[in-house]
Parts: sequence; structure tokens; C-alpha cells
Amino acid sequence: MSGDPLLRVEGLRMHFFTKAGVVKAVDDVSFSVGRGEILGLVGESGSGKSMTGYSILGLIDPPGRIVDGRIDFDGIDLTRLDAAAWRAIRGNRIAMIFQDPMMTLNPVLRIDTQIIEAVQAHADVSRESAIARAREALVRVGIASPDERLRAYPHQFSGGMRQRVAIAIALVNGPDLIIADEPTTALDVTIQGQILFEMQKVCRESGTALIWITHDLSVIAGLADEVCVMYAGRFVESGTVADILDRPLHPYSRGLIDSVPSRNERGRPLRQIPGMTPSLLSLGPGCPFRERCTSASPRCVESPDVTEPSPGRRLRCFHPSA
Amino acid sequence: MNAANAMPPLLELRGISKRFSSRLDFAARLAARLGAGGRAQTVHAVDGVDLSISSGEVVGLAGESGCGKSTLGRIVARVLEPTEGERRWKGRAYAEYDAPASRSERLAVQMVFQDPFASLNPRMRIVDLIGEAPVVHGLVSPGERDDYVAEIMQRVGLDATLARRFPHQFSGGQRSRIGIARALAVKPRFLVCDEAVAALDVSIQAQVLNLFIRLREEFGLTYLFISHDLGVVRHLSDRVVIMYLGRVVESAGADEVFVRPNHPYTQALLAEIPRLEATKRTYIPIRGEIPSPLDPPRGCHFHPRCPHSTPRCQAEAPRLREIAPGHLSACHLNDSP
Repeated sequence: MSGDPLLRVEGLRMHFFTKAGVVKAVDDVSFSVGRGEILGLVGESGSGKSMTGYSILGLIDPPGRIVDGRIDFDGIDLTRLDAAAWRAIRGNRIAMIFQDPMMTLNPVLRIDTQIIEAVQAHADVSRESAIARAREALVRVGIASPDERLRAYPHQFSGGMRQRVAIAIALVNGPDLIIADEPTTALDVTIQGQILFEMQKVCRESGTALIWITHDLSVIAGLADEVCVMYAGRFVESGTVADILDRPLHPYSRGLIDSVPSRNERGRPLRQIPGMTPSLLSLGPGCPFRERCTSASPRCVESPDVTEPSPGRRLRCFHPSA
Repeated sequence: MNAANAMPPLLELRGISKRFSSRLDFAARLAARLGAGGRAQTVHAVDGVDLSISSGEVVGLAGESGCGKSTLGRIVARVLEPTEGERRWKGRAYAEYDAPASRSERLAVQMVFQDPFASLNPRMRIVDLIGEAPVVHGLVSPGERDDYVAEIMQRVGLDATLARRFPHQFSGGQRSRIGIARALAVKPRFLVCDEAVAALDVSIQAQVLNLFIRLREEFGLTYLFISHDLGVVRHLSDRVVIMYLGRVVESAGADEVFVRPNHPYTQALLAEIPRLEATKRTYIPIRGEIPSPLDPPRGCHFHPRCPHSTPRCQAEAPRLREIAPGHLSACHLNDSP
């Protein structure tokens, strides 16, 4: 990591102010991503990983609000942008890929209409050159016979193909950063393999930074450079892929990795994390994982600070595993 | 097949096929009569599957979406009737059972569904969801129902004081347990688990898989465990069956399949599994997508995507045959010298 990172998130807090109380969906999360780098943002449902992604792209609607923290993108503080400035960035310099491609694509518009719209929203180009760029984007994500496919409607595509189209739309303006929110979760393994292959290739070739949000550690293992683990809206630990997967320090990441079937002897009971994710509504101060944690001590009712046990590694825990 | 036939398998499928046809609507029938084409479309969901499962065995059924694994599971659970073929239970065809016996044997095979949100009636309390079937089938009297439900809830790790609640008051992992409790309530011998852990988070998935392992020992259950997740299948199963486009392509002991996969499709599928160990690797995907079951390729269904495809593969469907003791594979490559 030389020079300034492309994106630096510092102490981000995003809370929902509901009738039932304040839900701290993202509570003090920090990480950074450099150009051409792939960051895996890992957590289970309710960990705030998707909300972190939405916060970066300014997609938080009331009753949600970013209450604290900085999101520094190439010298711009994204938490302070007005609507016009956002329009110039979203879909142009920062693009997003969502989990369900059927919800992303408009079912009544042809693929070419949807891609051309994305191109012409940000660049003053003719329809012909917009089509040429659309065609090129489809080729990049591995869609055969792009001319024919451009004239098709979303329902004529399979799930994997639709996700490729969604990725093509994200790529079409040559963004600096792509935020991908579980884009392969709904797909079969062979199709997931193809999509991971395309994304990896695109990032290597164009130097696009990628934040890959997922609950699946094994996807991250082959894809990402850095990993950031979240739990109940809080930052847990971060480091390189090899550090996190082979030497997890936080008891939560360790438990998560240990509970994957391939890390266990076949047919034997899996090492499991007891209990379940706490409700974010009733979450008090202190480490949110302490009730499920085997290393917890009375000290854990206080919130641990983020420490840096070794260069490039950050951790929020009083009792790291050795 | 003839070896060690002292005990018939608990469940046996012989040449099971299932086809779904669309009925032509009025306009299409009219067009057909006027000679303007318009034929009913038929999906070959399951195509000539043989499978036998012994008592106490856990068979993992894996494959991509559209391969017919769920349809086969439903046929096993007698939710669907096969178009062709015969199902045998404890060595006898279901047709040979008289009506009361058929009814009671039907209870012996139960199903656990994938979506713990869609498979529980949102307007029913947990006590009714779990307790309805055993009362209807006379396993317990209405007076004993609440105690019976409480006992089953404890067996699957649920707090029995929550029996009066509704499904929406539970988390995904708890709902999975409710689905399992409902299946267990009629004292089955055989559970068909259709993607029973697919919707759960990793840490909760481990808890539910552990529950399946424990229940198998406690109740002496036999499982047909359907999953697209090969890691889960490997962990739980004694034997693994891989399906592709309605046909079984390979079947062998769990370790055998993962260590010495024979069929090119199985090999490709295993290569695609993202592994925790494979730090920073380059993905080399297999080509193309699973073809439409409306119009499956001729010959071997996998040949358009297979790197070893030969002209014979396009013309002739390979038979499933034994290539090593207990290891079946359907590939022409095994015939070449």
C-alpha cells in the first residue's frame, strides 16, 4: 500500500432511529482500500456489512442516518455531498452490484436501453458510441454474442447471465471503486466460479478497487487481498487474507472459521459458536460477542479499543487467541 | 447388486423418471389444430434414476439448480408421484402395501424444507404446527399433545415455553429447528432434507448440522440430504450422489467422491468449490451453463461443457456402471482402454 488509499472509512457510525429505539447498524467501523485492491467485508446477517456498503454510496434512507465518521474517497468526504455531487459519483466513479440481479434490472426495458441509460447519464456521447461501450462491457464480463443479447429483456437471461449484465452496467463507466453486495450468493457454484473469475480479471486489468461483501469466508479466501470482519455492527478485526484465515485473533472470527465443515473431521460434530446474534436494539455497551464467547471475562462489559497487534493488523478484543 | 442381500435396502428407486408437461391453453390448442405448431412443452426433471438407501445411511444428493435433486427428494418423500419407475420401501413396492399400511408407511418418510420462512404457516402457533400431525394420525391423544410437543421441542434444542408463539417471533435458525421438530413429530425413520441449512448463517448452520448428526444417533434415522453445498454434503454423508440435468452421473462413498472423482462434471464441480485454504487463487471456470431441461442435449447431458467430449458422447448416453467397488460413474471415458 503505497501512498494514500483510494477509500478510507474512519469511525463510521450509521444508526436507525426507529420507534422502538436506536438501532446501531454500523457502530465505529474503519478500513481502507487501495487502487486495484480487493477487500472482503465479512459478517453474518445483521452484522452491518451491507449497511456499511450502502453508507459508502450514500444510499441510507430515513430513519437511518450517518451520525459520525468520515468516508474519504480520493480526497472527497462522501458524508458531506449534496444530491447533485452524488449523481456525478454514483454509477460513475463508484458502482454497486447487488445480490439479486432480478431486482437490479428493470424487467420491462431491454438490456441495451438500461446500459445506454447508465452511459449517457455520465458522459455526453452519442447513442452509437454508447451502444459500442455497452457491447464492450458485455464482452468483458464474458457474454457471448453481445449484439443479440443487447436486444434481449432480463427475463430471457438465466440468473448467472443477469448478474453478468448487472456487473457490465457497473463496469461500463470505468469506476474507481465497485461495491459488490453478495453478488454470487444466489448462484450455483460453477456460475459463481465464472463470476469470481471475471471480477478478478477486471480488477487486475483496470486497477479498479473492489469491496466484496459476503457471509462466505471461502469465497473471500480465493479472491480478496485484505479482510475486514464485522459482528453486530462493530468492527471485529482486519488483516490480510492469510492472517485472518490462518491466524485469526478474535474469538468470533476463529469460531466462524472453525465452524466451516471443511475445517472439521467428517461426520463429527462441528465446532459451533453457541447462541445467536444479539438484537441490535437491546445491545448495550461492551463487546457484543461476549455472551457467545468462550474467552470472555468480566472486563468485556467495557468496549475494547482497536489495537494494532502487528503492522497491517487491527483488532478489537481484550482476549485475542494466541 | 446381489451381494449382501440379506437385508433389503430401506428405500429403493428403480428407473424413476418425472416429466412435467405444460397444458396448452385455448389459443395454443386452436393454433395446433390449424396446423400452426404449438406443442406442449415437457421438462424431464428426473430421468431414469436408480438409487437404494440402506437403513441408517446418510446419502448426500448434490448438484446445481435444475438438476432434479429436489424433484427426486419429493418423489422419495411421496409428495410427487413419478411418471415412470417404481419405489420400494423395506423391499416391497408401495403398490403392494394395502391402504392402511401404505398410510402408516407414508409417515415413516418425512421432509424438512429449505425455506424456514415459507414452510411454516405464519398464522399457526408452534404447538399447532408441530402437534397437528401426530394428533391427526393418532400417535398421541389431544390431551397429551402439549406435553408431546414440549418433549420434541427440547429434543431439537428449542425452549418448550415458546410453544404458544408464532413463527415470525423466531430467528432463522430456530425456525429450522421448528421444521425439523415438525418432521420428527410423526416418528419417521427417514428424513428427506431439501437444502435444510442453505438459508442459515455459517455459525447457525454449524449448530443445525450438529443437530442432524445428534438426531441421527438418537432416533436411528436415515437421511437423504439434498444440498448444493458440497462441503456440507461431505461432512454429513456416508455416500454422495451427484446429479446433472435429471440423471445421476456419479455415486460413491463420500471420501471416494472427493478424493477420486471420476466423472468430468464431478471433477469440475469440486474444482469450483471455494475453499478456505486456497488463498489467492485464480479461478478457472468450466464453460457455459446448465442447459435447459426443456431441451436437454443428446447423448451425455454434460457433453457441451465437457473438456473431454468425443463424438460418441454426443450420440449415446453413457450408462451408470461400477468402476470400482461401490463407485458408480456414467462416463464413456471409462470404456476406453
